[in-house]
Formats: sequence, structure tokens, C-alpha cells
Amino acid sequence: MTELTELTVAAIRKGVAGGDFTAVEVAEAFNANVAAASQLNAFIVATPEKAIEAAQAVDAKRAKGEELGKMGGVPIGMKDLFATNGVQTTAASHMLEGFVPQYESTVSQKLWDAGAGMLGKLNLDQFAMGSSNETSYFGNVISPWRRKDGGNADLAPGGSSGGSSSAVSARLCPAATGTDTGGSIRQPAAFTGITGIKPTYGRCSRWGVVAFASSLDQAGPMARDVTDCAIMLEAMAGFDPKDSTSLDMPVPAWEAALNPDMKGKKVGIPREYRMDGMDPEILKSWDDGIAWLKDAGAEVVDISLPHTKFALPAYYIIAPAEASSNLARYDGVRYGLRDLPEGAGLQDMYAATRADGFGPEVKRRIMIGTYVLSAGFYDAYYNQAQKVRALIARDFEQAWSQCDVILAPTCPSAAFALGDKTSDPLSMYLNDVFAVPASLAGLPAMSVPAGLNSEGLPLGLQIIGKAFDEQGVLNAGLAIEQRAGFTAKPEKWW
Amino acid sequence: MSVDKATVAKIASLARIRVTDAEVEAMVPELNQILDWVEQLGEVDVTGVEPMTAVIPNTLRLRDDVVDADPLTGGGVRDKVLANAPAPEHGFFGVPKVIE
Repeated sequence: MTELTELTVAAIRKGVAGGDFTAVEVAEAFNANVAAASQLNAFIVATPEKAIEAAQAVDAKRAKGEELGKMGGVPIGMKDLFATNGVQTTAASHMLEGFVPQYESTVSQKLWDAGAGMLGKLNLDQFAMGSSNETSYFGNVISPWRRKDGGNADLAPGGSSGGSSSAVSARLCPAATGTDTGGSIRQPAAFTGITGIKPTYGRCSRWGVVAFASSLDQAGPMARDVTDCAIMLEAMAGFDPKDSTSLDMPVPAWEAALNPDMKGKKVGIPREYRMDGMDPEILKSWDDGIAWLKDAGAEVVDISLPHTKFALPAYYIIAPAEASSNLARYDGVRYGLRDLPEGAGLQDMYAATRADGFGPEVKRRIMIGTYVLSAGFYDAYYNQAQKVRALIARDFEQAWSQCDVILAPTCPSAAFALGDKTSDPLSMYLNDVFAVPASLAGLPAMSVPAGLNSEGLPLGLQIIGKAFDEQGVLNAGLAIEQRAGFTAKPEKWW
Repeated sequence: MSVDKATVAKIASLARIRVTDAEVEAMVPELNQILDWVEQLGEVDVTGVEPMTAVIPNTLRLRDDVVDADPLTGGGVRDKVLANAPAPEHGFFGVPKVIE
């Protein structure tokens, strides 16, 4: 019998539709893997009954000869940043511990409508703030990958979608939702040898997604290959009047139009991404990617994105500024934690609640955001950062006169060990150096596995595309995937 | 620009986060390290550049001016709104006394 948990989204959907196995069998197989992987701490809450319930509905539809949907019979993991009706939604924070939404986020509802079922709510960095999944109130997520030096150090699965990346690479789910504010889909995908795409800002509704930085937050799929990402993104995307920044555009048939032939396409290689002291193994994987895309028929051109080095500092003003505003809602009054010290007034209650409910990284970002928005500093910091952001977007705009997509590494390194960067917030931030520019410009960007480094850890390649051209990104990703031949998976130790 | 203990305490108060002296002490160098680093944005020549307001050009829509145009975001759901309130009272959000 086929090992069901080794199957991709496309294979599960096909097998269920064709009657090779039932959706319930698939859900049971993944439920068992989830239950046996508590050491990875990828899930905050497992919902095996939800997975079974959705699978039974799909099997019943099949029995009646009805359409099963784009994700028919596919159980998935849901990042615990999406509000799920009746199921605790925490953003991995103490602040929202026990919060049970009375409504369903648009993106998760679309996935259920497409025939997917929920295996559980996935762990993440608290309020999606982090690059290693070490800021969760519910404990670190551990990557299923280990260095081949036999040291067995626990490695970071990346962040903030670290539960998603860990779970997909460990075969606890065939696919998972992620959200990307400054690399939170792409960096964890790269760290764990899986594929993830952040679509153009506005493709996926933000309604019901716990807000971090609203001008940057964007949901997307994380799965084992490019085809699965195309399938799942189609199910997630679409206009939503409940999100004022939602794109009022039809969802293209990305899956049907997948085409790895790059003839006539130009791939830009941004010279500013080649930084001093870069890991030679990262450079080598980048060169491999260039060779693969040439082999697929593409022409490779050198391009310049002159403001690249300013993207990260601009991000670390803009994102905390938006976060400080968004997270003002956690006041101990309407939902979430309340800490009311004996005899305290309203202001003391706010301050005590927020001191208890937020972790150190969240507090740090709220404080930075509060500072850069405060009277006297707004122009010097926030306005300057938004001007630099405009220049970064203009850099990309100018690059599109020379190329169709851009190829770069996803991250400056392979996965680091847990604890390596926690004492130095700045060194943690620098891990997102290649991911942040596309976020600031709202562009679609994807990470695909390129190979393993000498330590046996996965490296990712990033493809950045024009606004609305997810197809171009997916196609280049597929061309790389077919040539990289990445089949490695973590050896089971958990 | 750098922050001192008094500034950090002031920011914490603006952000409505209670902090101890020891926490303020620890945050001063952390915030200064980050602020020193973002300072490099000052090098960028932004003459004539408008600050970005929308990352993808979009127009803000108006919904139909009718009650409960979208039932998911409309009214009449008091129990749901209060379902996660830490101290609901008589159909309202309860807060500590604010008037002496």
C-alpha cells in the first residue's frame, strides 16, 4: 500500500478522486504522524476530529459523484495566526491563550470550501515576530533536520511560519498555510527543504488573520513542491470585500498554466545581493540556480537594485511601527488576557495586561514602533523609511525593464541552531536580508529547495516576480525544481 | 539619536507596557543597537521622493450604505462579540471604575 503521508497534495487529490484510497484514510495517516511528533512541537493544538470530519464529507461527496474541490481530501496544517471558528487561535501568545474565535478567516474558509480539512493549529513565532520560532509562548518548534555531524543540535525551522515548515518537511501534513511579513514563508521553507510562495500583496485576504504589519502581511501556501503551491494558492486567493486592500482581480488558473520552459524569459541577477563575506555554499547554490534556468532556456542578465542594503533597516522601522498600532487592541477589555492588579485603575490594567501578555520580542517591537512614531521622531524615522520603501519599489520597477523574474538566495545561511541568535536581536533580523525587499515592494516571491550544503542541510533559492505575475514565479520555480532534483528529507528521529 | 533610561520608561508608558527598572536597564542598549543600525537610512537621498502610502496601487472601496451589508461584519452579534471578553457584564464589556 502507498505510504499516504509521502504523497503530495496533487497525488492525494488524484488518489481520493480516483478511489485509490479514501480521504478518511489519508486524514487518519496524517493524524497518526501528528500525534507521534510531539517532540517537534509543531502544533499548538491538534484537531484530528476536524480532519476526519472534513474527510468524511469529501468521501460522501465522492460517493454521490459530486465535485471534490481543488483541495478535495487533502488535510492541511493551519498556522495559528488564522482565526478558526470554535478552535483556539493564539498567534502563539499568552495574550490570546484561550481565545476562541466566533468566526472563520476568509483564507481558511476558502480552503475548507475547497475540500481541505484541518489537522491542527501550527506553532509560530509570537504574533509572527521572529525568524527562528523561538519567540512562541508555547515553546520552540524544532526542525526535523539535523546536521550530519552527529551532534544532534536542535535546529531552527525558521520563522515565523516555523510550525508550518517543520510539519510539512516532517510529513505531518502535505501542506500548510503560512504568512509572510518580511520573509516568514520563504525563510522557513528554505531552512527545511520545502517550497513556499508569498503572492502579490492583496491576493489573499487578511480578514481574520491576526495582524502584525498590515501593509506587509500576506498569506501563502507552504508545501513540498511547486505544483502543490500553485494548487493551494488558487484555493486561498481571491477578492474579499472584507479586506480593504484585497485585490479585486480574478484568480488565474496557476496550476493549469504551469510551464517550466523559460525560452524567451529573462532572469535578473541582482548584483547587490552578492554581499561581502557571503557563505560560499550559498553562492554555489545561486550559481547552480543560474545554470538551471539557463538550461531551461532563460537568458540571464545582471541587474542592479541599488537600495537593497537599506531594505532591512526600513523594514525594522515600518513593521514595528505598524505592529505598535495593530497590537494596541490588546487592552484586556474586549478579548484575550486581562491582568487586573488589586485596586488598579484602567491604565494600570492596560499596562499590567500587556506586560504579562506579550513576550520580550513583541515588547521590543512595540517599543521601537512607539518610539519611531512618537512626536519629534516621526519624520526622521517613519517618513524617511516610507520614502526609502518607495525607492526600493522603484528599483524593482526599473529592473522589470530588463528582466521577467529575479533569482537570488532565500537566506544568507542554512538553518542555525536554536539559541544561536537569541541573545542578539540584530543578528536575527539580518537573516531576512534577502527576503525583505520583495515584501516592502509587495511582490510575489517564492523559495524552492536547491540542494543540501556540506552539513546536509537544505538551501533555498528565491524567485521574485512582477506584481500579479505569480505565474512567472511558479514557472521559474518549476524549472529549478525539475533540475535540482531535490528529494532529500529529514531522517526520522522524533 | 539614542535613548536613555528615562526615554525608555517614557516609551513603555506610551505603549502601555508596565516595565521594571531592571527591564528598562536591559532595554536601553538593545534599543540603541537597533536604532543606531536604522540610522543608516539617513544616508539615502530622498529628495523629491514621496513616502509610500500603498504598496500595490488600489482604490479604497465603499460598501453599500445598508445595515448588515455583510452579515459577517454587520451588527446583531452581541453574544459573539462578548464571547471572549474577560469580564462581560449585562451585555457590555466590564472595565475597572474610571470615575471617582
